[in-house]
Amino acid sequence: MNRRESLKALSITAISTGVLLGACKTKDEVVVKGTSITANEDEAGLQHFEVERNQKLLSEKFFTDHEMATITVLGDIIIPRDERSGSASDAKVPEFIEFIVKDIPEHQVPMRGGLRWLDMQCLKRFNNSFIDCTAQQQIEIVDEIAYPAKANPEMQQGVAFFNRMRSLTASGFFTSKMGIGDLGYMGNRPGKWTGVPAEVLQQYNMQDHGYEVAFRNIKIKQL
Amino acid sequence: MANDKLQIKKTSKTYDVVIVGSGAGGGMAGYILANAGVKVLMLEAGPFFDPAKDSHQLKWSYESPRRGASTTRPFGDFDAAYGGWQIEGEPYTHKDNTAFEWFRSRMLGGRTNHWGRISLRFGPKDFQPDDGVSDAWPITYDEIKPYYDRVDQLIGVYGTKEGIENEPDGIFLPPPKPRLHELLIKNAAASVGVPVIAGRGSVLTEALPNNKDRHACFYCGQCGRSCKIYGDFSSSSALVIPAMKTGNLEVISNAMVREVLTDEKGLATGVSYVDKKDLQEYSVSATTVILAASACESARIMLNSKSARHPNGISNSSGLVGRYLHDSTGSSMSGFLPQLMDRKRYNEDGVGSLHIYSPWWGNNKKLDFPRGYHIEFGGGMRMPSYGFGGHVPKANGMVPDRNGNKKEAGGYGASLKDDYRRFYGTEVGMAGRGVGLARYENYCEIDPNTVDKYGIPVLRFNYTWTSDEINQAKHMQATFSEIMHAMGAVVLNGPAGPETNYGLDKPGKIIHEVGTARMGNNPRKSVVNKWCQAHECKNLFITDGAPMVQQGDKNPTWTILALSMRTAEYILDQRKKQNI
Repeated sequence: MNRRESLKALSITAISTGVLLGACKTKDEVVVKGTSITANEDEAGLQHFEVERNQKLLSEKFFTDHEMATITVLGDIIIPRDERSGSASDAKVPEFIEFIVKDIPEHQVPMRGGLRWLDMQCLKRFNNSFIDCTAQQQIEIVDEIAYPAKANPEMQQGVAFFNRMRSLTASGFFTSKMGIGDLGYMGNRPGKWTGVPAEVLQQYNMQDHGYEVAFRNIKIKQL
Repeated sequence: MANDKLQIKKTSKTYDVVIVGSGAGGGMAGYILANAGVKVLMLEAGPFFDPAKDSHQLKWSYESPRRGASTTRPFGDFDAAYGGWQIEGEPYTHKDNTAFEWFRSRMLGGRTNHWGRISLRFGPKDFQPDDGVSDAWPITYDEIKPYYDRVDQLIGVYGTKEGIENEPDGIFLPPPKPRLHELLIKNAAASVGVPVIAGRGSVLTEALPNNKDRHACFYCGQCGRSCKIYGDFSSSSALVIPAMKTGNLEVISNAMVREVLTDEKGLATGVSYVDKKDLQEYSVSATTVILAASACESARIMLNSKSARHPNGISNSSGLVGRYLHDSTGSSMSGFLPQLMDRKRYNEDGVGSLHIYSPWWGNNKKLDFPRGYHIEFGGGMRMPSYGFGGHVPKANGMVPDRNGNKKEAGGYGASLKDDYRRFYGTEVGMAGRGVGLARYENYCEIDPNTVDKYGIPVLRFNYTWTSDEINQAKHMQATFSEIMHAMGAVVLNGPAGPETNYGLDKPGKIIHEVGTARMGNNPRKSVVNKWCQAHECKNLFITDGAPMVQQGDKNPTWTILALSMRTAEYILDQRKKQNI
């Protein structure tokens, strides 16, 4: 199969890797001896323990309904819907956070404790848990923990929690289909890389010298 | 199994050659021998793996529940390597609180399935150093050059001819063009006197002549996942599977080798192994044994192969098996390029190996460390994965906002969401990879107290860096700072200082460990001869990184391949002469 054929096959079947492989088979291909580690195509390239672990984590529940509701509100404060894309909850970020704290257990205590810390702050200040506060009250408390350099020292635990919550929210949102589309990532598809587009070179006032400016043309600093 | 009597099942067949391990060294030896008509059995300690079927290439981050996080695989969910620095049930230990991290990838093709495909030849001075510190090899570059040339043609490597004495040119496919940040790096590095040249990687930027099984790269930049169309080099796809198609090479997967078996004369007769699936014990017979299980695993097998003729482990009267263990040095720095904020989007995935790199340029007479390092560069508009944008709530306080005003770092809401977009694709990173010296004092040995879950005694490591490596890391950090400054980058991580040995990674972290069965002409000072043949067991050969006397600053795989090809052809010659 030449490049054109392989690109054609890939562009048609980029989603289904099974079809892709079928397309790449040549008629003189010999069946290779050896056993695949998994029979199921969805599990190809995964070790048994990975499949089992994913299934187990997906079947477990870590956060309470109240905690999930709080994560949902906070996530949408961090990544709201705007003219280009939806909000964190639109991209199922809370579900991602539920999974990732089971997958990476060191998130569990800081997240659970941080959510409770937030509720206790709100209870003292507004006599309500965070999700039952008004939007204005919610923003008031978020403002006090969202800017590490100017936060009051007594709010440091809240800052640490919000840093983590913000990181997980960004991870969840911008790795979703919606978030990747928002960023405009153009890759993960077959093509041919031919260098920086001309208009971009122009924008940065640069020329693509290819590799003419190589070692021999540079005055080497004598260390 | 529970009521079965434990016994060793012996195969009736005697193979010409049994090869332990299927990575670069085992794969190349198997390929050469099988194509020459020799009957080969290859034992692999992990499962069968065919990138065409098992690669995670072209999957999106959201197809992973952890979005590519590194929970079960050290380089993330989609990386091809099974295993890692820790494998359940297969421990290793350390002596005197020293540090060494041992990366093992138990699978067909081993670590070549996920490696960076950085394919650099060692140069004349790497084989015959003139620094007065590091040891010379018993061979010269000129002796190895023909094998490098053939490896280039057989497997494919891109690059440019530069004529640099200790960075020998190969037979190259065209290199991929530089990305935008790479052009900025190239210009900035040049301005501070650091050379930047095209990368050298084993990725097929053009179809390989006379090879119908492997196809030209389609530029997804995901070599680390292994390639479904075999567009890059993995031992599995480029060597072992083609060797199986000759009908002369059989693979037994999940076969964890215990020891090399010997006769009363001390010659190798085969190996014994435990099958990881049925937990039965087996032995296989062969007239020649090749160890290519990785430098440390091969040393472990040798040290565990004790007999009356080899009381210290096979071919180990010198006591040097496991000694001279050395990994590359590594230190890195990262930041972002403010001039790339709000950049135009386009697909710049490129290839998954280096587009550019800096070969070593320094003059050691003026430096406080021997040898040197090369620099690898990273950055660009990559597929977002777990950890995406982690630096944004810090970086957004370091540069003006859209209206030219200073902004408080951190934040939330529409403004933060916009910052993630603005900073996308601005990251830049650089990492040095340098010579760690081969020292007698750094070694692996058998831990007298510990076995793995198969009852095989495990390795205990003793490894410390010295001022030579630490000073080199210090120099890396100073160089990185200069380049970062020259291109107007904002440094987010670094410069690392003396409290961290200038960011010098723990030994083993760069996964270039070699040297545990060094080659030499004197049997009292080396384990194998210049053909990688054991001094004290003429039908035992080692074709992984173990025979390397002293690694250059170049990644070792291309040299492992060249040496393995040379050893395999020496075996063919010796078989013809009936010497083995």
